[in-house]
Amino acid sequence: MKTFGGPAILLDRSDINTDEIIPAKYLTEITKTAMKPHLLEDLLLDGRPFDINSPAMQQARVVITRANFGCGSSREHAVWAFEVNDINIVIAESFARIFRQNMFNCGILAIELPAADIEQLFKMHGELTIQVDLDKTEMTASSNDHAQAPLTCSFQLNPFDRDLVAAGGWLAYADKKF
Amino acid sequence: MGKTIASKIFDAHLRDTPTPGNMILNIDVVMCHEITTPIAIMDLMEKGMDRVFDPTKIKAVIDHVTPAKDSKTATQGKIMRDWAKRHQIKDFFDIGANGVCHALFPEKGFIRPGYTVIMGDSHTCTHGAFGAFAAGVGTTDLEVGILKGVCSFRAPETMRITLTGKLTSGVTAKDVILAVIKKLTVNGATDRVIEFVGPVVDAMTMAARMTLCNMAVEAGATSGLCLPDRVTAEYLWPFIKDQYPSIEAAVQDFSKWHSDPDAEYVETLTIDVSTLVPQVTFNFKPDQVKDIGEMEGTPVDQIYIGSCTNGRIEDLRDAAEILRGRTLADGVRGVVTPATPAIYSQALEEGIIKIFMDAGFCVLNPTCGACLGMSSGVLAAGEVCASTTNRNFNGRMGKGGMVHLMSPYSAAAAAVTGTITDPRKFLS
Repeated sequence: MKTFGGPAILLDRSDINTDEIIPAKYLTEITKTAMKPHLLEDLLLDGRPFDINSPAMQQARVVITRANFGCGSSREHAVWAFEVNDINIVIAESFARIFRQNMFNCGILAIELPAADIEQLFKMHGELTIQVDLDKTEMTASSNDHAQAPLTCSFQLNPFDRDLVAAGGWLAYADKKF
Repeated sequence: MGKTIASKIFDAHLRDTPTPGNMILNIDVVMCHEITTPIAIMDLMEKGMDRVFDPTKIKAVIDHVTPAKDSKTATQGKIMRDWAKRHQIKDFFDIGANGVCHALFPEKGFIRPGYTVIMGDSHTCTHGAFGAFAAGVGTTDLEVGILKGVCSFRAPETMRITLTGKLTSGVTAKDVILAVIKKLTVNGATDRVIEFVGPVVDAMTMAARMTLCNMAVEAGATSGLCLPDRVTAEYLWPFIKDQYPSIEAAVQDFSKWHSDPDAEYVETLTIDVSTLVPQVTFNFKPDQVKDIGEMEGTPVDQIYIGSCTNGRIEDLRDAAEILRGRTLADGVRGVVTPATPAIYSQALEEGIIKIFMDAGFCVLNPTCGACLGMSSGVLAAGEVCASTTNRNFNGRMGKGGMVHLMSPYSAAAAAVTGTITDPRKFLS
């Protein structure tokens, strides 16, 4: 199974939709890699455009965000835009159904945590690095600020979703099974 | 314990249950368009898996950007065209015969009560209007659907929304669904199916029911559903007349898909629509909805009438009722795209196209176009559009633009005045 984790970027907003993650004008592309420079291009945070070229964004391997992440259009391009930027985990209070399913279908992780845990993550000082232990279904956030204690949260991983991750996605799973 | 329509459809299509909460369903109709399908086709080709599970169950269309606007969209069309030919997919709709998928496929009679339907398009929930379980999916789900004819879903939790009372003049299914989304919020129905019932739904045409179900996904729902009845049977009659001796027999047969009286719902809501007024969105989320009076006077630059939500003949008739003998306000531009060739043709016959043209509208061919900011009426930064579409997300119709979602009546009223306007003042 893939290993999951790395530096995190925090997106402090609920209801981030897939048009913001990858605008429709890029849906004319026929390769996943074409999405790479445009991830989160139309995202507004506090009503202001998000800086997609910030160092924190460039090195991010994990996204931490609020509720109903990935709502709106079914475009899997949103998941691919994360994937081709080496972001293989999104941690949120909740996901829109299609986005969550697209993540697991690609063999990568959409982790739901209770609102209180998400709030704790947002309150942590310093730059966060996330490590996920799929066997224990636990994730640990550690900070580069040594005064900040690490935080470990457990999460639920549906056995079917775990099988999809292990298989490398839904196509590989379904091809074997059906 | 009785069953909901969604549970009955799931039971009838169950292929596997990897965990108690996850169900793999056999799919009756896999619908494909040129935005989300080409990457699936290319991936299958790369993996040496370029097959289709059943060409008669695959319906394909080029609708999002048509005619192609550039080399990239031309390539997407070509990938679809070549694939349809290679696999003998007969129900493939290319330029001249193409239209917005969620208006075109129902018109062709492809959706029947009790069916399972998927498409790489979130507004696939539209087809729930026929008493089908229809859900939007991503490209990987679509790919597996094309290859194996299956798709995975979580066990359907259903919320029932009963619409009571009577819609007043100038208030439509669009206003109802905007009010519902406002009440539920954008994730109030996530992972749920919404079953729309009650006298208001019973009295709705299939077009109105499709508008209602179309936007269920804006509240997060997996699908919206209406129970199939006489209205459904009459709409489908040209396609089913060889299967049933009479419409009554079809209605009787469809009733097997009705939810049982003792079916279990996770939530039930009753909304009286009698006092509902035209609704309009503000800001960037479809649950940010106000009574039109509160938005009255907001200036607009463009009017857009069309889409899978409101591009049907009934919608064009509503708009034409207000536009007849009137023109666009100074400085306002109007774009209308009848959702299918049949709708376009019908609108020509009824003189509706002339009304739009005389009012100063640009009449486009059927396409999804500017609804998602891909072509044919994209907004510039700072511009405002009064639109009959389904999403007002930031950048949706063009970077920096603002979209106010509303009914065709309200969009037509805004066309005439140049500002958001209660359409009822133009209706007798």
